[in-house]
Amino acid sequence: MIEVINITKKYGNTEVVSSVSFAFKIGQVYSIIGSSGSGKSTFLKCIAGLEKLDDGDIKYGNITKQKIGFIFQHFNLFSNMTVLENITYAPQKVLKVTKQDAINEARRFLKKVNLDSSIENQYPSSISGGQKQRVAIARTLCMKPKIILYDEPTSALDPENTAEVLNVIKNLSKLEKLLSIIVTHHMKFAQNISDKILFFDKGQIIEENFSKDLFINPKSTRLKEFLSKVRKIDEN
Amino acid sequence: MNILDFISHQQYRDILYILKIAQYVYKGIFTTLLYSILAAFLGIMLGTILAIFRYSNNRILLISVKVYVSIMRGTPFLLQLFFIYFALPGILKINIPIFIAGILALSLNSAAYVAEIIRGGIESVDKGQFEAAKSLSIPYLEMMISIILPQALKSILPSLINEIVSLIKESAVIGIIGVADLMRRAQIIAAEKYDFITPLCVAAVFYYIIISIIAYIGTIVEKKLNDRSN
Repeated sequence: MIEVINITKKYGNTEVVSSVSFAFKIGQVYSIIGSSGSGKSTFLKCIAGLEKLDDGDIKYGNITKQKIGFIFQHFNLFSNMTVLENITYAPQKVLKVTKQDAINEARRFLKKVNLDSSIENQYPSSISGGQKQRVAIARTLCMKPKIILYDEPTSALDPENTAEVLNVIKNLSKLEKLLSIIVTHHMKFAQNISDKILFFDKGQIIEENFSKDLFINPKSTRLKEFLSKVRKIDEN
Repeated sequence: MNILDFISHQQYRDILYILKIAQYVYKGIFTTLLYSILAAFLGIMLGTILAIFRYSNNRILLISVKVYVSIMRGTPFLLQLFFIYFALPGILKINIPIFIAGILALSLNSAAYVAEIIRGGIESVDKGQFEAAKSLSIPYLEMMISIILPQALKSILPSLINEIVSLIKESAVIGIIGVADLMRRAQIIAAEKYDFITPLCVAAVFYYIIISIIAYIGTIVEKKLNDRSN
């Protein structure tokens, strides 16, 4: 279990995450929804240790920092390395895996994210957005994570690539003993894939519930407003 | 066919005079290049280390680098050279040979400028690259050497070439402590012949050729880097 205890994150004088507490269970899938600027991504980066907390604490139990994977909105593949180098670099340097073992693992995970090994010698600049995100997922999987945090993984992709990436995430979420936390704007996807959904607004968790209940029976006014806007967009 | 069929005796004598001066001055090219290239190499090494220190979380390292860069950029190079050659031996009670003093002064001075150039290059790398490396638990030094600096290189290369060119020009100052570089040789022969125009013009031509070659190499390397990243 990961216990987030009363965490606060400020940028200057603005509180982006305000005294948030929550316990995430290993083996479950959580989605975080909310409007842009509500603090979802910052909250996720706080869990990953990419942002320093201004207050509060996060208890990771026996999970080390290495076991937390992060999938970025803009992929963040290392532009000076080929696809294969991107995936094999960290396992060699951090997990001290041999080069050959790292390459074998990389090829296995490339297959798992539905990518052909023919792209392994290409640079990130020459592959599509959907391929980049799937390479990023393979890169994270090679580190044998216990937790994967997804920060709007499809927001920079076109519909076709979005479907490919969501499909990969869906398959991964079925893995046991893996905690997935997904910040997303795809409500249907969140509903289908998640065990629980958290609604974020103004740096706080306003509401959390089992996935279908949250959509069918929203309690807070803010969530009702948010969902009605989302439905209007869907209808249009 | 005789060369004197085309030019006058006076012109022939002038050409021989220029060639004689050039023959003496050009021997300084090796010295100028030795000092400049060695100092550039050491300056880039030290400057890179300073830039990496500057981005670490250690406050002492950060402040030390800032103070160092500020002092080296805030005082004249000639003063730094004199300090290393004349004052430092007194403080450390050791003899510093001309060669070591010259290389030390040039490289320590250059390192401060290189550190600033690399700092700019590091800042130009997308923040996401740092975050990705951090999320994969890649150690700081590994991240800098294998991920950040190679990406920064493309944007800092023109400035680095400029720095090497400046270094070659600045190296003319080390003649003051007795190094027989291009400039010093030009001065020696000028004093001997009571003629400043010819030796200085000859030295200028040599400096210009060296710097043009360095700039040309820089353009080729830059083009190759661009081709690779595209």
